Amino acid sequence: MSKYLLNKFLFSIDRDPALVERYRADPRGTVTWWETERANIVLNLPEMERSTWLRFADDEREALATHNYVKLFELGAHPFLTLTLFIALFERDYPEPLGFQLEYARKLQHWSLPYPDITT
Amino acid sequence: MANLVAVLATTHHPFFYRASTSPPESRPDFADEWVRKVTAYRETLTRANPEILVMVGSDHFHQLWYDNMPQFLIGKAPFYDANYYNEQREFGLPRIVLKGHEELSAYLLRQGLDAGFDLAFSNELRVDHSITCPIITTRPQADLPIVPVYTNIFAPPLPQPQRYVAFGRLLRRLIEQWPNDARVAIIGTGHLSLELGGPRQFGPHGPDPDFDRRAVNWIANGDIAGALAGVSLDSLWEPGNATHGFLDFMLMMGVAGEVKADYADTLDLFHTMEAYFTWYPKGADA
Repeated sequence: MSKYLLNKFLFSIDRDPALVERYRADPRGTVTWWETERANIVLNLPEMERSTWLRFADDEREALATHNYVKLFELGAHPFLTLTLFIALFERDYPEPLGFQLEYARKLQHWSLPYPDITT
Repeated sequence: MANLVAVLATTHHPFFYRASTSPPESRPDFADEWVRKVTAYRETLTRANPEILVMVGSDHFHQLWYDNMPQFLIGKAPFYDANYYNEQREFGLPRIVLKGHEELSAYLLRQGLDAGFDLAFSNELRVDHSITCPIITTRPQADLPIVPVYTNIFAPPLPQPQRYVAFGRLLRRLIEQWPNDARVAIIGTGHLSLELGGPRQFGPHGPDPDFDRRAVNWIANGDIAGALAGVSLDSLWEPGNATHGFLDFMLMMGVAGEVKADYADTLDLFHTMEAYFTWYPKGADA
């Protein structure tokens, strides 16, 4: 499990308008590129001081590559990060206000407490 | 000694700005009542005539991140740029620049450290909607210098609830002892029951109206013991998965002390309940 890295991906994409569009258009390609090129960059350090050990578990990579926010919830990604990014990705496709957010809630209806642990 | 003229504890709702500034034909039907409530609440700060605002909030994974996460942080900078691209994108929030009050920041950091709180600090802090929402609702002219105080309510492990209360008590004591005759208000924002990114999000009310009723009673009555007995880090998951934002209300209860609020109001909205509380430690006309 690498909940930290899942969160780092969601956080890194969400704060960059170009990456939001790239991830919407090409999720698998963006995840592959990001894991190869960006996952080990420490956000507050020069790029040459990067980490050496961060990689996704297979189910994490697949969840991100398929825009599967239900699976991300199950894997313990921080739900605020997932929600914020996925609103940016998909709210525009729903004509009604909150249409995407309500569908998101419906797709998680099989969950009751306790929810997956989000502690990193 | 400084004059603590008002203590405000409220929810922060990033949709308010858009709801209140949209043209009438595109406003949601609840906007007018919401604006009335906020306008009345704003007056509780205006009448206190503050000169400095200490603003308690929580960064929503904007500048503070898991690689280096502080629990309690005080900004010490001459200015604070505010709001982020993703807040503009999702909520339509404007970019704002707020003045800082470095002298009070430095005082709170030094005295807080000496009183046993190992506070983090930041000399370049971009604040987010947890600070700007109450600016927009209670001081929209954004003309007063601020001291931002950030807490971690998002990324476990969190401090225990009593630690937020204790920090609130300390903030009040330190400000009341500050050797300066300024008029200071402390404004903190948190949440009642709230679900974000879970199955109970964006319902017709907050996810747990019963929790909200109990929480509003604790706050309005200054019932710190009741709140501490009624919540724990584990239990706060139950009313909604983002309900740890209530810890900022508990901090503000520590600031206010065991006294009834001089002003208490709520507004039941979709997704979450809004709540507005004000205390005047030395009376409303001090």
